[in-house]
Amino acid sequence: MFDLDRWQEIYHVLRKNKLRTFLTAFGVFWGIFMLVIMMGSGDGLKNGVSQNFGDMATNSVFIWAQQTSVPYKGFTRGRQFYYENADVRALGEAIPEIKYLAPRTNVGGFNGASNVIRGLKSGGFQIFGDYPVFDSIDPVNLLQGRFINEIDIKEKRKVAVIGVRVKELLFEKNENPINQYIQVNGVYFNVVGMFKSKRTGEAASNDNQRIHMPFTTCQKTFNMGDAIGFFNITSKDGIPVAVVEEKAIRVLKKRHSVAPSDDAAIGHFNLEVEYKKMVGLFFGIKVLVWIVGIGTLFAGVIGVSNIMLVVVKERTKEIGIQRALGATPWIIISQIITESVVLTTFSGYFGLTLGVGLLELINYLLESSGAGTEMFLHPGINFSVAVIALAILVVAGAVAGLIPARKAVSVKPIDALRYE
Amino acid sequence: MINISNIHKTYITGNNKLHVLKGIDLKVEAGEMISVMGASGSGKSTLLNILGILDNHDHGEYLLSGIKIEHLNERKAAQLRNKYLGFVFQSFNLVSFKNAAENVALPLYYQNVKRKKRNLIAMEYLDRMGLKEWAHHLPNELSGGQKQRVAIARALIGKPKVILADEPTGALDSVTSQEVMDILTDINKNENITMLIVTHELDIARRTQKTIRITDGLITEIVKN
Ligand SMILES: Nc1ncnc2c1ncn2[C@@H]1O[C@H](COP(=O)(O)OP(=O)(O)OP(=O)(O)O)[C@@H](O)[C@H]1O
Ligand SMILES: [Mg+2]
Repeated sequence: MFDLDRWQEIYHVLRKNKLRTFLTAFGVFWGIFMLVIMMGSGDGLKNGVSQNFGDMATNSVFIWAQQTSVPYKGFTRGRQFYYENADVRALGEAIPEIKYLAPRTNVGGFNGASNVIRGLKSGGFQIFGDYPVFDSIDPVNLLQGRFINEIDIKEKRKVAVIGVRVKELLFEKNENPINQYIQVNGVYFNVVGMFKSKRTGEAASNDNQRIHMPFTTCQKTFNMGDAIGFFNITSKDGIPVAVVEEKAIRVLKKRHSVAPSDDAAIGHFNLEVEYKKMVGLFFGIKVLVWIVGIGTLFAGVIGVSNIMLVVVKERTKEIGIQRALGATPWIIISQIITESVVLTTFSGYFGLTLGVGLLELINYLLESSGAGTEMFLHPGINFSVAVIALAILVVAGAVAGLIPARKAVSVKPIDALRYE
Repeated sequence: MINISNIHKTYITGNNKLHVLKGIDLKVEAGEMISVMGASGSGKSTLLNILGILDNHDHGEYLLSGIKIEHLNERKAAQLRNKYLGFVFQSFNLVSFKNAAENVALPLYYQNVKRKKRNLIAMEYLDRMGLKEWAHHLPNELSGGQKQRVAIARALIGKPKVILADEPTGALDSVTSQEVMDILTDINKNENITMLIVTHELDIARRTQKTIRITDGLITEIVKN
């Protein structure tokens, strides 16, 4: 099958009209090149947006308290209310679909006035009171030490887990922050852990400026009494978080005398819905890319088929000679199909390589310049897609050669021999 | 070797029907060397093409070495051509991008003979034609006589039972023509290969054992030389 004579013939045919071969090859090259670039860009866009989620459980909902907008049970509208520790248990009991329930408090300070001091250094950071379960909902990369644990909660220990940016701003470069003390709103906390965000870009830099402390410590130290800032809840696997969201809102409304019709009193954000929208969008982009890419590729392959028809016509007499000497139709057909496959695969492989190369270059430039990581990250196509694309090329090349090949053997040998 | 009876062939082009062969009967024994003569358009090439299984006949019976040639698929026809027949054409019909040796080796390629072996055999045949030094030349670097000798070597290499030559000397001068005929008669004698040669030249026809004259699609005369 792959003997020298065959390759000699392929070489001869492709070389005979170099410009024509080049233009034909370019059609396929361009098709696969575009497919790779578009797919890689779609992927880059997806990676860019996805990184805003980090490893966060996407089936999660945030619920916080706002002002009421409907008078109810003797309360006027515009009432400010707070969730309390008792709500946690009530929610857990009323909603079996909950997987993780993390009540949280926060002490502002992010991008604002300095609220954390260490020696002569100070900074403004966002401070959260958290339960250990929070690390299951929105995990971070612990670089050193540990996260909040149950004993911290129970004993209301004054410990803190800090982001890397906090460490950078409050500590010396080579200093080990663990077991050191920082002053949060005037109170000393022992640093027990340091983390880095799993997100990238701006989202990551926000994360890295956080300080987590035990929920109970936070409430007590900063005189919050029983108040909870907000809930972060995830649903059990396979259950839409919207179910939990709706039930939780109903329970909370009842417990805090909020009118059932009051939609403004309880703030909530369903991450799952947003995530699904995004997933849908990227699926749409992917489908579009494939349609356009395959279309372009198809046009290239039709070009190959066309040229093969011309080649077969030009070589009619020569094919006639071969048949007179005993070449069976299969030999002729496989020869022409091999030519077609070689042409498509070769040019396609070139397009694939160049496309991947360009994506790598963009990747490199993005990374070295640090630009655009917010929306666009790690453009690239995975290996299996590349293999599939190559397989498609081989098949397409074979199909492109099939019609010309059949045409070549459809005439009687004598008519081929007589062809001028 | 060849046994045909009542062969008819009609060409249909558009609305025109041209009845070219009108019932040809012919028996060629193994090892015979026969020339075919006749006016232009009388149907000589048509007959030879049918005998070569390059074209099909409409009516009549054709036995090649006892095998009935009828309704063959192309694969079978190609195999029969490869095994039983060798062709020599007026216009040589060498493959332009293959050198002399590769051209000669082609029929063996279709028999799946290994490249090394078939090139070796091809060199042998070229040597017999006195063309050893020209083995690696492309056809367009050869003279007409040399080309035809390459073509004859190619026709011989598959060890055919019959060689069909349609005006093999038609494009050659008279001296070269005689040289080519020397080779063909040699082969006929030494290897006992049956030969049918279409020609317009009497002195070519005279060098064969029998001359068949075709007039208007029928054999009208068979002369022993
Ligand atoms: N493929 C074809 N289609 C239609 N007509 C054809 C075809 N081939 C041959 N003919 C016609 O058949 C007739 C016989 O042709 P053929 O080639 O057999 O003649 P010939 O005896 O070989 O002549 P020449 O000596 O000129 O080669 C001619 O009139 C020719 O025009
Ligand atoms: Mg003729």
